[in-house]
Amino acid sequence: MGKISMPVDKLGEAYEKMLSVRKAEEAFERVYMDGKIPGFLHLYLGEEAIASGVCMNLTKNDYVTSTHRGHGHFIAKGSEIKKVAAELMGKETGLCRGKGGSMHMIDVENGLYGSTGIVGGGFPPAAGLGLAAKYRKTGQVSVCFFGDGSVNEGTFHESVNLAAIWSLPVIFVCENNLYAQSAPQEYHQKVKNISKRAEGYGIPGETVDGMDIFQVYEAAKKAVERARKGYGPTLIECRTYLFTGHYVGDARGYRYKDEMEYYKNERDCIKLFKEKVLKEKLMTEEELAEIEKKTEKTVNEAIKFAEESPMPDKSEVLLNVY
Amino acid sequence: MSEERKLTYAQAVKEAMVQEMKNDKDILFIGQDISGGAGREQDGLTDTWGGSFGVSKGMSTLLGTDRVIDCPLAEAGYMGAAVAASTAGVKVISELMFNDFLWLAGDQLFNGAAKLKYLSGGTETCRLTVRTVMGGGLNAGMHHSQSLYSLAAHIPGIKVVIPATPYDAKGLLISAIRDEDPVIVFENKALYNTEGDVPEEPYTVPLGKARIVRKGKDITILTLSRMLYIAIEAAESLEKRGISTEVIDVRSLVPLDEETILNSVKETGHVVIVDEALPRCGAAVDLAALVSDKAIDYIDGPVKTVTSKPCPVPFSPVLENEYLPSKEDIIKAVYESTNREG
Repeated sequence: MGKISMPVDKLGEAYEKMLSVRKAEEAFERVYMDGKIPGFLHLYLGEEAIASGVCMNLTKNDYVTSTHRGHGHFIAKGSEIKKVAAELMGKETGLCRGKGGSMHMIDVENGLYGSTGIVGGGFPPAAGLGLAAKYRKTGQVSVCFFGDGSVNEGTFHESVNLAAIWSLPVIFVCENNLYAQSAPQEYHQKVKNISKRAEGYGIPGETVDGMDIFQVYEAAKKAVERARKGYGPTLIECRTYLFTGHYVGDARGYRYKDEMEYYKNERDCIKLFKEKVLKEKLMTEEELAEIEKKTEKTVNEAIKFAEESPMPDKSEVLLNVY
Repeated sequence: MSEERKLTYAQAVKEAMVQEMKNDKDILFIGQDISGGAGREQDGLTDTWGGSFGVSKGMSTLLGTDRVIDCPLAEAGYMGAAVAASTAGVKVISELMFNDFLWLAGDQLFNGAAKLKYLSGGTETCRLTVRTVMGGGLNAGMHHSQSLYSLAAHIPGIKVVIPATPYDAKGLLISAIRDEDPVIVFENKALYNTEGDVPEEPYTVPLGKARIVRKGKDITILTLSRMLYIAIEAAESLEKRGISTEVIDVRSLVPLDEETILNSVKETGHVVIVDEALPRCGAAVDLAALVSDKAIDYIDGPVKTVTSKPCPVPFSPVLENEYLPSKEDIIKAVYESTNREG
């Protein structure tokens, strides 16, 4: 791991964010296997340092556009876990009153302009939110999370170029987990470091270790400051790894066994963080345990809340179309 | 013979592709994750996915990765490439993982493939088959559940077929592959595990031929895709209440078998159209217009349509069930059309 890039009083927040996402996703997986979450479920396990390290630099009013793998972005940006859990179960207490589900959530109150079932669907809105913020001089920034696979969509090129020519306050955060569904990165694109593409649009680009929250935090901090000052967009590539399959139930037959074991055992962002702060004596075992206890409680209560919540009334089906 | 042979809808689709590709070396099959683990043949990690529903698993091993080609996530790009390749000496079967992605791939299909023959004075053809997946009922949410065949049927130059059974899934796909015009086949993900009789030898179900699934004399129900099964259930209930119901699976929107539809409606004098797509400007109102245009003198009651509700496909099971057409909706429409009390 690199140097500790954040103030010591932010370490607790960093740990809590990452752990909240981890514990929530693990709980969602369990509940899904019990048949209580319908449809498809794409988890964020392994990538927690990215959403956490980026969102620590954002205010509630800043914007985020997400992906089909969005739960981590929502939780790290400030959505209540119980509302996310309820949405995944299709309950009326969910973020979208059960209309969206895992892949189609929004939480505008917390600046979250949506997960999407369309790969590459988050790029143009990120530019558009940046345009609105710039014109209105609100000082807000817009963060676009996306995967390595979506860089091959036309919307990536079109939107990064728009943000660049109009100097929009947008931070493009690539979560390069080495796979686009089942396609290895070395098959689906010829560049290894996606940040190199920034050069083609005349904006700064940087590759960081996405398993190291300190590197993510530092890169995001720089990019957010740059955007707020009106200097335009930045492309940050965070190299990471997904501990589960593309979706829950994916047998991962296309991956190398030793690769999966290596990342899980050696590169777990939460384990690395814990070891680092203990070694540097910046946090104590007790402080970490306290956060673990608190997080576990929040997640357990969230699941209980979701399970006990009612389904929406069927009369809501045509509500709010226009 | 092979009349007792059962396959699932998914197996029938795969068998059609494999048989046609074995017989014709000019056919390529491209799409996202249709093989899986692309580029890792050496390590035995390729062909581990077979598309989102495992339909094509085994095909890249059998036919080679030079013919069964995984695509990056670039729907506009690879669909456009498929369109042009299909005009240049190869035939492409291009899989679009969900029909909801037609908004991305649509330009190349609707502004490109659909217009080529017309533009070239009939000398050029685009021998493209698009396989895509439609339909709700699996709580897959608003970006993976729509039924968008009406969009495609709106555009002249593209043929549109919608198989409901394993037999038709194979026969219509073979016809689509052999046809010289671009054809979009809308498969229904909720039907992939449905079993039915499928002969082993290659056979075709002609494009533009509806199928009378159930004979009846009091009313005709026209169906598309999975709605066939709900209509049959409704017809069985209605039979017990003294209404003899004819059920016709339209199967092919473009070309459309006007003759079978109109002959039936002229006999029964009543019609209900059941369509999982949306109510406005869709397949159901198109078929209703056909009936009122060409069989109005034979009709003794209102032409009724039963469709999904006019909203995005909601996720929550309670809402999705409310959104989709139901057996009860069909029975109600039949009573209204025949002016009987329920």
